[in-house]
Amino acid sequence: MSRRSFTRAALAAAVLTLPGALPAAAQGEWRPTRPIEFVVTSGAGGGTDVFARTVQGAITKHNLVPTSIIVTNKGAGSGAEGFVYARGAQGDAHKVVFATNNTWLLPMVSRVAFKAEDFRPVAILAFDEFMLWVKYDSPHRTAADFLAAARSANPPLKMGGSQPKDTDQTLTSLIQRAANVRFTYVPFRGGGEAGTQLAGGHIDANTNNPSESIGGWRGSQVRPVCVFRREPMARGELVTQTQGWHDIPTCSSQGIPIEEFSMPRTTFLPPGTTPAQQAYWVDVMRRVVETPEWKDYITRTSQSTRFTTGDAFSEHIRKDVEASREIFQAEGWLVN
Amino acid sequence: MGNLDALLQGFAIALTFEHILLMILGVLLGILVGVLPGLGAPNGVTLLLPITFSMDPVSAIILLTSTYWGALFGGSTTSILFNIPGEPSSVATTFDGYPMARDGRASEALTFAFMSAGFGALLGVVVITLLSGFVTSFALKFGPAEYFAVYLLAFCSFIAFGSGSPLKTIVSIALGFGFATVGMDSVSGAMRLTFDFNDLIRGISFLVVVIGLFGIGEMLLTLEEGLEFKGADARLRPRAVLAAIRRLPRYWVTMLRGSAVGIWMGITPGGPTAASFMSYGLAKRMSKRGAHFGKGEPEGVIAPETADHSAGTAAMLPMLALGIPGSATAAVMLGGLMIWGLNPGPMLFVERADFVWGMIASMYVGNVVGVILVLATVPLFAAMLSVPFTIIGPIIVTVCIVGAWTVAGAPFDLWLAVVFGIAGWAMKKLEYPIAPLILAMVIGDRAEDAFRQSMIMSQGSITVLWSNALVGTISTLALLLLASPFVTAWITSMRARKALHAARE
Repeated sequence: MSRRSFTRAALAAAVLTLPGALPAAAQGEWRPTRPIEFVVTSGAGGGTDVFARTVQGAITKHNLVPTSIIVTNKGAGSGAEGFVYARGAQGDAHKVVFATNNTWLLPMVSRVAFKAEDFRPVAILAFDEFMLWVKYDSPHRTAADFLAAARSANPPLKMGGSQPKDTDQTLTSLIQRAANVRFTYVPFRGGGEAGTQLAGGHIDANTNNPSESIGGWRGSQVRPVCVFRREPMARGELVTQTQGWHDIPTCSSQGIPIEEFSMPRTTFLPPGTTPAQQAYWVDVMRRVVETPEWKDYITRTSQSTRFTTGDAFSEHIRKDVEASREIFQAEGWLVN
Repeated sequence: MGNLDALLQGFAIALTFEHILLMILGVLLGILVGVLPGLGAPNGVTLLLPITFSMDPVSAIILLTSTYWGALFGGSTTSILFNIPGEPSSVATTFDGYPMARDGRASEALTFAFMSAGFGALLGVVVITLLSGFVTSFALKFGPAEYFAVYLLAFCSFIAFGSGSPLKTIVSIALGFGFATVGMDSVSGAMRLTFDFNDLIRGISFLVVVIGLFGIGEMLLTLEEGLEFKGADARLRPRAVLAAIRRLPRYWVTMLRGSAVGIWMGITPGGPTAASFMSYGLAKRMSKRGAHFGKGEPEGVIAPETADHSAGTAAMLPMLALGIPGSATAAVMLGGLMIWGLNPGPMLFVERADFVWGMIASMYVGNVVGVILVLATVPLFAAMLSVPFTIIGPIIVTVCIVGAWTVAGAPFDLWLAVVFGIAGWAMKKLEYPIAPLILAMVIGDRAEDAFRQSMIMSQGSITVLWSNALVGTISTLALLLLASPFVTAWITSMRARKALHAARE
């Protein structure tokens, strides 16, 4: 059913891009007139998918846009599939891309047919935190213990993560440089898999997001030893019998001088869209983060809402590209 | 026994009027998406996902799992009738199901498939019910090396029985492995064999290959051999259904073996597709009627079907308790769990016992509902065979093309399906076996990942495959299975020689 409406939308898009190119369309208010497609740059069930579907739910519930919304998953090639698809939808503001920092990092490490500058940034809605996790019954009580063990380990301790040359592996190489240790990095398919491998004791640590391992922590399989933040997380409910996220110390206090490492939840429009269309979507997203559905999602997944748009968003990208370029260069990952 | 108490409470939750309606709805929808090649269970469940956001989690999971069962049942239908698998996991069902249908035994083949599938599913749920605690700790023992060993075992058990030219089989396997590597390499992040061609970033979808090789290839073959559909005699025969049900208990060994393979592969998790291939391979090797396999042997239908369904149901346990999706469909459901506000993990069994046991109870009821509904459709589907080819042929081609489109909504996939269709026709003409290619594509991708992960972890030492009792046993078993045809041949020839000696003396 939604597949058919999608085809119709695609047809209509082809017809409508012609008048859309007229300058008149760029002036004044813009509103969607056809069904909207949320292009998700991860597979069904991935972090970005849950993000997009939460936004979809909030918009539908509160009638924030006049037309219906469908979500399509295009997650192949670490999300390259979705970006290439959206890049092909020139000037079509009825398509919104849901992503992370892969929009600008993926083109740096992988030969893909798109650039971050191709897309018109809408907003960062939230930031997902990273933590250092060990097995629940690991002899290392703290992150400092773990580091000491890692320094003297031979062969090196094994660090797991999702996808190669992505946030987890970047963070791992940051830890290696900051704390002067060496790990063997093992890429898995997604944080869930990395979490299970840690619970089974096949790897020694991973850098999962809180929501990826909350089930394992409550079930006494894995536990977090530090969080990559400037200060501990805000006081909230207990996760286990005795501890909550706020009880986890920062990594910099544990001898890993990384002040901050987080992953933005981002939204973009295809190339050739207008500032009026951008303004429309910024406004919608601003209202989304006010809904109870969104707040519930943020609490449940232990992320933090930091609505970032306009110049601040561009500045964030610029800084991140700069910092990442240095790491990627040192690791020999750069392809562009 | 605590689990049984919990299960009874689960039944109280699952057996409401509304939930049974949801099951029927889910199963019917599932049969529909299962019958259409390409539009498989993962797509069906993904399409339903937004609807479940406003439901309570128990109702939502009942709807989604019932759709999954329906799709598993529906997938076998087209395998048997048209030699076109509706689901990847029903590829192995075509080997004997289609020859049976061609002999005019379609009703019988469908009945065997559905009944044994239902049996496998129920056995899978029983194991989940009784062993939930034990199974999760067992599944945690599986690291990359263990995964690789399981894939190796599946591969060896299917491949070693070698019918036809071994050289052609090797070519077919090599092609399959080659196709599986296209796209982004999930260990190094590099693009492989994409030739800077955007449509290849996705990789070559296994579903498109199945649609091409089986669906379109089969149609081309039929066209060439004359416009007479090979479905032959297919009158409505409800009596054949009953007769088949009565004969089913005779195959209890095959059914038990298939279920055991399926449950094992569902938990570890090798997935339903690998399970069905492995079960078929083992059945062919162990059965007294092994020589008849591939020519329309009921055991050749029963073996993959029981394994397919028991793997499907057993895979739900690691999904709930560990967050490991045992199949593509389970991965989508996992996303659903997060959206409904549930965190998969061992604590889910304690904190949301109503959800977990409601779902497990619904698996009993859902599969029984599934078998009844799907059996009722047998005469209807069998009657499709008596429709002239000039009508059914174009419909099948249309369904195949639509199926190839639904995989990713990409026009490129349509061309790919056509190319593989021609390749499938050529392979059949030149007697290259298609099944090894499919198996290599399905398992190759995951096996490669697991192998390279274990090599990274062991600093490149192959001894990791014998580094503990579990992985060592599986690896050794795999190699023994691979070697067994040669060993048996050698023993037979030795015996013959001895007998000759004895006769001379």
